[in-house]
Amino acid sequence: MDLYELTIKQAQNGLAKRDFSSLDLVNAMLDRIEKLDGDIGAYITIDADGAREAAIEADQRIENGYYLLKNESFTDNKSNSNSSNYRYPLLGIPIALKDLLCTIGLKTTCASKILENFVPQYDATVVSMLKNAGAIIIGKTNLDEFAMGSSTENSGFHITRNPWDREHVPGGSSGGSAAAVSARMCIAALGTDTGGSIRQPASHCGVVGIKPTYGRVSRYGLVSYASSLDQIGPITKDVQDSAILLNVICGHDPLDSTSANVEVPDFTFALEQFKTDGLKGMKAGIPKEFLSLKGLDPDVENAFNKAKETLERLGVEMVEVSLPQTDYAVAAYYVIAPSEASSNLARFDGVRFGLRDNSANDLIDMYKKTKSKGFGAEVQRRIITGTYALSAGYYDAYYGRATRVRTMIRDDFTRAFEKCDIIISPVAPTPAFKIGENIDDPLTMYLTDIFTLSTNMAGLPGISVPCGFSSKGLPIGLQIMANHFDEMALIKAGYGLEQTLDIKEKFPII
Amino acid sequence: MKITQKDVEYIAHLSRLEVDETLIDKFAEQISNILQYIDKLKDADVSGASLMAGAALQNNVFREDIVKKSPGPDVTLSNAPERHEDFYTVPRVVG
Repeated sequence: MDLYELTIKQAQNGLAKRDFSSLDLVNAMLDRIEKLDGDIGAYITIDADGAREAAIEADQRIENGYYLLKNESFTDNKSNSNSSNYRYPLLGIPIALKDLLCTIGLKTTCASKILENFVPQYDATVVSMLKNAGAIIIGKTNLDEFAMGSSTENSGFHITRNPWDREHVPGGSSGGSAAAVSARMCIAALGTDTGGSIRQPASHCGVVGIKPTYGRVSRYGLVSYASSLDQIGPITKDVQDSAILLNVICGHDPLDSTSANVEVPDFTFALEQFKTDGLKGMKAGIPKEFLSLKGLDPDVENAFNKAKETLERLGVEMVEVSLPQTDYAVAAYYVIAPSEASSNLARFDGVRFGLRDNSANDLIDMYKKTKSKGFGAEVQRRIITGTYALSAGYYDAYYGRATRVRTMIRDDFTRAFEKCDIIISPVAPTPAFKIGENIDDPLTMYLTDIFTLSTNMAGLPGISVPCGFSSKGLPIGLQIMANHFDEMALIKAGYGLEQTLDIKEKFPII
Repeated sequence: MKITQKDVEYIAHLSRLEVDETLIDKFAEQISNILQYIDKLKDADVSGASLMAGAALQNNVFREDIVKKSPGPDVTLSNAPERHEDFYTVPRVVG
């Protein structure tokens, strides 16, 4: 097995046994990036020097015995429930970050020309947490500009290609992170999810992605798109790695007033729970409104049914639930998200950071020229839609109604979770679409978020787990949703599905 | 709701944007399509539903107002497109 193929867990084992060094791992990733990324375009910035330096430091710590503070082995047959107690649970592991997360001294562009040369003066809380855990930041990945999009085609710099089929999009907005994990140009990555931006690209690239409960992970240092919906989460090669990463990035942060002060369990314990108890006694809801939706691809439907049957065989009882507001969810989302964006993006005005247009005569003109030069079309479209929705005379009809629908969506889920532990659905109505297919039709692009955005509206956690392929060989994921702060249920069910389906060809052969 | 090119220009002005002339037509059409779709919210029965601000937790958050050390102007202004000593500079605001 080549080093680039390893999961976090396997890399930890190898590092602990001194089979290879962290520098070997980093070099293997950098070689892989060098070889493939010219074509795939998953990265915006690669920090080769910084990563090598951090790897040398990590190797020194490993030599000093820091890796194995509590146990002497990371072997799979042993309970890993203490893994979060290690001082450096990710020591020497190369991780990629969506370029929307601030990294001190390392360019953070949000895939926007307006921040092309922006170098943050601080680390996002999740970045500090990763670094404190010993992880190595290998680079910053591509995205739809400011996370606005579902295909990574809206990047201000370049598109990202799906590693399974270069003619197709990797999904978005965390398309760079998903493509980098799928093409194994990093061991794992972080993405962000405002309406499906972790789960949908994970599904399209055949990897695992978790959007945690709103408030689970600090948003400090995440450049805001729609603050009441944004959440950071892992994109990984398997469910176990997502649990390992979640253990590191979750927790209360006084620097984010929306961060939840609730206990963080050891998420890897959910894997043990599956190993001992299976999924017996678990109830999964299937929203009847989801299956009657028009435009569901037959391959997606097949993969969904197969995943459903697999869960049933593991002891999950299926129940029908109802989410009556489904029909209004996309409309409400595309009022709330652009409204928040129109306010959040007002800060990019050419004064304190980023691009400034110097041809303007006065201040207002400077703002206008700077923004229109710096922002791409989709960002400008959303700012205009949001400003319109919030403007006098339209506020009640749009934003007011949308936030009320949002309450009703949350109440729908509350009622549904009285009948079940998890809710399952497809992640996206179709497998990854072709590059350029929807680029001039923003509304069609928005409608592809139908299955994922309701969880953001309700603040719930969701996971995408690979569950099959389309007839053209493109990966398809299953979405599992759970109640607030019940990521354990997602991980347990997701792990059960992954282990039982045992998909042979997990990664594209490249 | 259908919006015209003039509407786009006006909302762009409110948003402090100067939309490229070649894009205004396209924007008016695309945003009209989006707004027409969003108009279905008018059919939703929202009677009795409250405005939702928070997602998972509904409590307000307070903290003590503690004075901390500033990182200093060199760090704070390190991304300034233009500065004069320890100040950001902008085009003249008053005549």
